[in-house]
This record gives sequence, C-alpha cells and structure tokens, in this order.
Amino acid sequence: MKFAVIVFPGSNCDVDMFHAVKDELGEEVEYVWHDTDSLEGYDGILLPGGFSYGDYLRTGAIARFSNVMKEVIKAAEAGKPVLGVCNGFQILLEAGLLPGAMRRNESLKFICKPVELKVENNETMFSSAYDAKEVISIPIAHGEGNYYCDEQTLQELKANNQIVFTYNGTNPNGSLENIAGITNKQGNVLGMMPHPERAVDELLGGADGLKIFKSIVSQWREANVVNA
Amino acid sequence: MSLMLEPSPEQIKTEEIYKQMGVTDEEFAMIKGILGRLPNYTETGLFSVMWSEHCSYKNSKPVLKRFPTSGPQVLQGPGEGAGIVDIGDGQAVAFKIESHNHPSAIEPYQGAATGVGGIIRDVFSMGARPIAILNSLRFGELDNDRTKYLFKEVVAGIAGYGNCIGIPTVGGEIAFDPSYAGNPLVNAMCVGLINHEDIKKGQAHGVGNTVMYVGAKTGRDGIHGATFASEELTENSDEKRPAVQVGDPFMEKLLLEACLELIQSDALVGIQDMGAAGLASSSAEMASKAGSGIEMNLDLVPQRETGMTAYEMMLSESQERMLIVVKKGREQEIKDLFHKYDLEAVAIGVVTDDKMLRLLHKGEVVANVPADALAEDAPVYHKPSSEPSYYRDFQAMEVKVPAVENYGETLTNLLKQPTIASKEWVYDQYDYMVRTSTVVAPGSDAAVVRIRGTKKALAMTTDCNARYLYLDPETGGKIAVAEAARNIVCSGGEPLAITDNLNFGNPEKPEIFWQIEKAADGISEACVALNSPVIGGNVSLYNETNGTAIYPTPVIGMVGLIKDTQHITTQSFKSAGDLIYVLGETKAEFGGSELQKMVEGSITGQAPAIDLEVEKAYQASVLEAIRAGVVESAHDLAEGGLAVAVAESLIGSNGLGAKVNIEIENATVALFSESQSRFLLSIKPENKETFEKIVPATLLGEVTDSAVLTISQGEKILVNEQVDSLEAAWRGAIPCLLK
Repeated sequence: MKFAVIVFPGSNCDVDMFHAVKDELGEEVEYVWHDTDSLEGYDGILLPGGFSYGDYLRTGAIARFSNVMKEVIKAAEAGKPVLGVCNGFQILLEAGLLPGAMRRNESLKFICKPVELKVENNETMFSSAYDAKEVISIPIAHGEGNYYCDEQTLQELKANNQIVFTYNGTNPNGSLENIAGITNKQGNVLGMMPHPERAVDELLGGADGLKIFKSIVSQWREANVVNA
Repeated sequence: MSLMLEPSPEQIKTEEIYKQMGVTDEEFAMIKGILGRLPNYTETGLFSVMWSEHCSYKNSKPVLKRFPTSGPQVLQGPGEGAGIVDIGDGQAVAFKIESHNHPSAIEPYQGAATGVGGIIRDVFSMGARPIAILNSLRFGELDNDRTKYLFKEVVAGIAGYGNCIGIPTVGGEIAFDPSYAGNPLVNAMCVGLINHEDIKKGQAHGVGNTVMYVGAKTGRDGIHGATFASEELTENSDEKRPAVQVGDPFMEKLLLEACLELIQSDALVGIQDMGAAGLASSSAEMASKAGSGIEMNLDLVPQRETGMTAYEMMLSESQERMLIVVKKGREQEIKDLFHKYDLEAVAIGVVTDDKMLRLLHKGEVVANVPADALAEDAPVYHKPSSEPSYYRDFQAMEVKVPAVENYGETLTNLLKQPTIASKEWVYDQYDYMVRTSTVVAPGSDAAVVRIRGTKKALAMTTDCNARYLYLDPETGGKIAVAEAARNIVCSGGEPLAITDNLNFGNPEKPEIFWQIEKAADGISEACVALNSPVIGGNVSLYNETNGTAIYPTPVIGMVGLIKDTQHITTQSFKSAGDLIYVLGETKAEFGGSELQKMVEGSITGQAPAIDLEVEKAYQASVLEAIRAGVVESAHDLAEGGLAVAVAESLIGSNGLGAKVNIEIENATVALFSESQSRFLLSIKPENKETFEKIVPATLLGEVTDSAVLTISQGEKILVNEQVDSLEAAWRGAIPCLLK
C-alpha cells in the first residue's frame, strides 16, 4: 500500500507521519507538496499536523484552497482512505469533507500531553484493529481542538456511528460530547485531533496509535489484494 | 519619517548625537581616526550597533578569553552562529544559547518569541537541522500581577513560536527570586543535528560573488535593539518598545526549510543570520571573517515600509531574514529554490577585495567603512574589578542550620516552592513531542532526544543556581557546570560541551565585573575538569533595574551523548523492592539553599563547597553503572536536598512508595542540605554486588508498593507522608499562585 503525506507550507508533523508509515508500519510513503496536480498512484492520503499557513485567518482556512485539495476531495469521493490529524483534521473541516468546526481550547492555551481515548466505533477502516470501547493513550498537541457542530449534525454523527474516538475521563479542550475524532458518512475520511503518528514506538512512551495505520492497511489489503 | 533630515557629520559631532546611540566621546574619536574624517549619520549608526556590548563583547572579551574552547570533539568553537561537536559516524551536534532579556522585560510575548526565533536561525545558518529547543527563565516572585503577566506571556511567546515552527521545546529550567522582578531573564537554546560535510560558515569569500538577501522584508522594527540590550532598564524603558521585534514563526518555518535545501547546493558560499544589528552585522561580519569587502545597493533590499533610510535599513532587526553569498551566475537557481517556499531571494550586492563595507542608496555612497573596523576593532575594555564587601561578610559567617520542627510539613512546603514545584503548567503549553524523537520529556534531570536511524541519543539540559553565584561566584560557576554534567550523566549521557549565557548586571560597576570574572573562572575550571569545553554562547550585561542588579546568572546549556538508547535513565523509581542508594557526602550546607530561603527569607553565608575531582569520579562511576545496565533510576540531588529528590523520584512512579533510613545525626542536614556531587540511585536487588563494585554509594532503603514516603532515623520516624499528598502539593503550587 502506498501513502501520500501532503505537505503544506507550515506543516510540521509531516516527518512524523512519514516515519510512522515507513519505519513502524513498513509501507510505502512519499511526501507530496501542496501544489501538486495529481494524487494518482496513492492508496491512502495523510494530512499531517502543523500550522499550515501559520494558522493565519483560521486554522486550515487557507490550506483548503491549496491545489492539492481538489485531488484530496477526488480521492475521498473515490473511497480512498483519507486521514487528517490535528491541523489535517482542521483542513478537512474547512474543506467540507467533514462536518463541524473547531474553536479554541476552553483553557485558551495550547495543550500538549498524552490523553486517554475511547474507541467508540471499531467498525471503521481506521479502527478495526481496536477492540470495541478499548481505551488507548495517544498524545494531543493543539490550541484549537474544541470540536463543535450543530444539534442536527450531532444527531447525524451519532446515527451514522461517525464518532470514532472520544476523550476518556477529562476532556482536554471542551469539545462537544468529548469528540476527539469523526469520519464522514461514507466512513473513508477520518479527522482526529490526537496524534496517532506520535504513538507508534514504545521508546517514545507507547504504540497505541499504530493500530490506526494497521487498520487502514488491513482493510485495503482485503479490498485490493485478491487471493494474494 | 522619510521627510526628517538626517543630521550632518558636523552636527553629529557638535551636538554629540552619537551619545544618544551609546557611543562614547573616546569611541567617537576612534571612529574619526579610523575613517580619517567625521562619520555620517548612517556610519555612526553602524559603529554604534557593531560596537555595542551585545555585538562586540567589548566589556566581556577579556573574560571570555579565559574559557577553554578546544577539545578533540570540537568541530566549531565560538565565533560562528553556533558551536559544533562531533558525535561519531560523520554526525555532529550544533547548539547555542542566547538571551532576549531586555525585549522580554517590556514586551514579554514578542520578546520571548523572537528570542526563540533568533536562536533557531543561528543553528540552521550553520546548516544544521534544529531538533530541540530548551530555555532558562528567571522571574521575580509570583506574588504580584506584573510578574504573573511576564511569566504567562513569556511562556506563551516561547510556545507560540516553537510550536508553530515545529521544533520541540524539550526542557529547561525556571527559577523565581526577587532580584529578577524588574528584569526577567529569557534565555533560549537550540540544538541541531548536522553531517560533517554540511557545515556552513558565515563568510563572504570569492571576489565577484553575489550577496543575496533572503526571507522576510525589512521594516522599521527593532532599530537599535542591540544598543537597547546594552543598557540598564529604567522606568523609561517602555519608551524603547519600538526596539522590540515582532516574530513570524510561519515565515521562519519556510525560511528554515528553504535554507536547509540551500545548504545542499554547491552554489552556496556563505550564510549568516540577520540577528542583532541585522544587515549591518551580517554583512560586516561575513566580509571581515573572509578578509574581503562587500558592496550593497540598499535600493534593492526588500522593504515593507516606504521611505526607509539607509540608517533604518542597516539597523533594523526585522526577523526571519538571512544574508547569503552565492557563486556568481548561480543566482537564478537560488531564486527558484526560495520561490518554491514563496520567499524572496534578491541579489543586493557583491563581494569585493577592498575590505570595505560600502553601501549605496539612491545613487549615492551612504557609507564606506572598513569591515574589520566594525566587526573586529571595537575597543576592548578591561573594567576595574573589586571584591564586594558582602562577599567577605558571607564568607565570614558561621554555618547555620535553619530551624525545622516538622520534617514532613517542611518537605511538603519545599515541594510547593515555585523553583522546585512542577513546571507542568509551563511545558504542557509547549509541543515537546513534535518530530517524534523526544524520549525523555520535560521534567526529568535532562531531556533526551533520540537520533533517528541510529542507536544514539542526545541528552540536554540548562542549569544555573544563581543563589550560589550570588554568595560565591567562583564556586557557583563551578556548581552550575557540575550540575549540568550531573544531569546529563543521570540520563545516561556523557557530557560533550557547553554553551553559556552570561547574564549579569552593569559591568561598569567594579563589584559586578568581579562577579563576572570569578564566575568565568569557576566555569572554566569545571569545564576543564569535566572535559566539556565552551563552544559558544552569549553575554547579557546591564541586567539591572533602577540601579539594582540581578543575581549573577551564567546559565549553562549542556549537551551529552548517549551511546545507546538502552542507557537512557530517568529519575522515577521503577519497581517495588528496588534498593535506594545515595552517592556523595552530605555536609551542613545551607547557604543559598531552598530551605534557607523558605525559612529565613534571605540568602546568606557560604555556597556549598565543590571538589571537582570528586565530582568527576562520581559522575564516571554513575555512568559506568548505567552503561553496565544495573541502574533503574538516577537523580541529581539539587534544590531541597535528599528529601526533595526522593519525593521527586516517587512522583510519577505509579503508586510506589519508599522507606528510607538516614544515619546522619542532624536530621535537617540529612534531609535538606544542598551539598554538591550527590546522586540518588535505585537498583534491582540482584544487581547489588555489581553496582557496589562500581559505585561507592550508601544504601538508604528500598522502594515499596505502598505509595507512602517514610524517612526514619533509627527508631525515630521523621517523615511519613502519602505520595499523593506530596504530589498534589508539588503539582498544584504554580497553578495556585497564578490564580
């Protein structure tokens, strides 16, 4: 399976995403600069964290106009897995690939620390390697992770099982219903504030995030590698 | 502003306008002698910033010469953007520390943010990839709104810049003392990784080569920042707010990536950050270091404001800019490279052979000055030095053990002292994990960052107990280096080298200059003993408010090499049943201690003594035991002494407790003395024999599974505290003070 890590001006978790896939997952991965015209040949699209365009105007608000985003939308429509982490999630919201919006953390401060998440839905292409309701530890590092959507959207998210991860115990940023990560209706686009690419190596304190990448790969293999 | 006529050379002289720029009468006469004529306004400005203490080290040079700066591991000593040391396999580590004290005192967010931005540029201008940021901060007591504001904004500024640019802030130290109330210290250190063949220098070689300006446009911000940094702060310092720069970390992220791509191009000849004194210092120093000259046409400098004068452009400290020299004819490639990152790269001048810095603006030569005169020939002052009477008084004092009645309560209160208490409130705001290589996060003795693709890791720390330096600058200087090295060793590393940030008061006062000299002597001696040369640093003088100086605070930034990630050791106890040892002799030493400050409310007496040979031997034995795989945890005994160290090793150890027995007769000495060269170590019982063969330590007790800390003296129980309540005191103190 071949992944693309999209690099926007100001992305800074691109390296982490790249190495998580290459070194820990052992799959093919390439950096793709934001002005590219095609994402052909990539089986999975990763939007890393960081401060694209310095978070100026609003997080993700400028990056959504990058040339590559037309291709990201195409890939999403074609059913390819698209994962946006932190700033990547914010960009997916701005691009309309996921519903809702981000507000500043309730504390009005940037927060960086490992947090507990609960796997609310383990039947997505991003979470199938986890047990139902499994509690995992993955770090967060953001100033604007306070997810919000209107009541109707929330009901839809719930009805379609689109809420994949919630904060377990203390909610670090004030997000609605403790939401940490959601998918689109089709289930092939996941946005999450916690950084699974930072939790792939025991040396750095834990590897609970690796199963997200493993889920993507195993689903892809089932769908694409017939009688391998 | 453009309509304001600049004073003529004659007016500058007769109206003594140079004095407003910090140039003395004698210096003005020297400038006239060098030029053989009166300098014009722009030239006077160039000399004033280049000859400021901040750029020229004119007051500190004689002291800096005392530092040992060489060693087989040193690839680049002081004088370039950052020092560089070898770590084997063709790899090297580049690092430097720098202060942004004055800007932070009046505009804390931007002052701190641009301090971080500046030190990062120093590191990547060498060609190194920045991999970690540390800092060292000093504030007054957190008991007034002004200090709370400074503290919160400085932390937010560091976070704002470091988080955005994507370099983890992995460690540092913070202390609080009334002497910093009007003059906080903000020192930032950056560590970078580089392959030997990629090391670049800020030199303008090759007559006819092109001088290019890359990065952000030049505005009027930060004009005379270096001069401002070389004066005392007063009630009127708020008027200097325009001398503080404004940072744009997004711009710097682009500049960082572009420059690291540029480093790989053989078109690049030299590169230097436009830091203090901006275009003036980068151009003069690059020419001077290469023995060449530079001619620049200032009309070509990218400007974000209209009507800027030559004076303003040369002295601006606008951020996120670099000056580069590239091979003639290769300019377009460079422009294309920067264009990818939406950055400007503009040819603004050429390298010449006449050793002059010549500036053209609107068709006229507006400055024509020998580059060496600006960069090298600033006067050097040997300031008078005299031993202050307070020092003699302190030395003559009898040792006094502070009165303690309830040991458990005293321990809890010590853990609440802001200098000891958890700094989680601070570092949770820093992205300390980005780049996914941080093995040991902030809060342990030293931070540890692994080197991807190898077994190696780097340990890094900043340290300085300024109270000891106030009591005795020479001993305090030794302790600062020794403690840094102890922290590196406790994390499993071997000290490589240091960078220092010499924060002192006004050097024109003989008693302050004496502090500087003595501290430098102490630092030098420790660096030699611990084989850790000084590879660069920064001097910040004039840290005074309305005539009162800060404590002498030479912050030591140290980097060590951990040869194998398996050697990485932290301070937390690991499992019940492990044996607890202390290494080092405990004496009645309370001068400058946390207990003295807390109980007596003032700092007096003698600093703890230190024997560098003992220190060295102990560090070697601890490192040997760690490498032999027989050490579960290692922790330096520092502020608050043994009791605080044991409590810190329990906090975060997931429900463990400890039973410790002390044999020293005076319990206050045993628990809270700050004697130097001591370590708290824990080991598995089965490794007892091997450990004791390597380390001459004393068995104190063992780790238990009961989450209680019990310290006894024979039959007598001195401390019996729940770890939870100790932890709550330690964790809650700073958030509580900020409410």
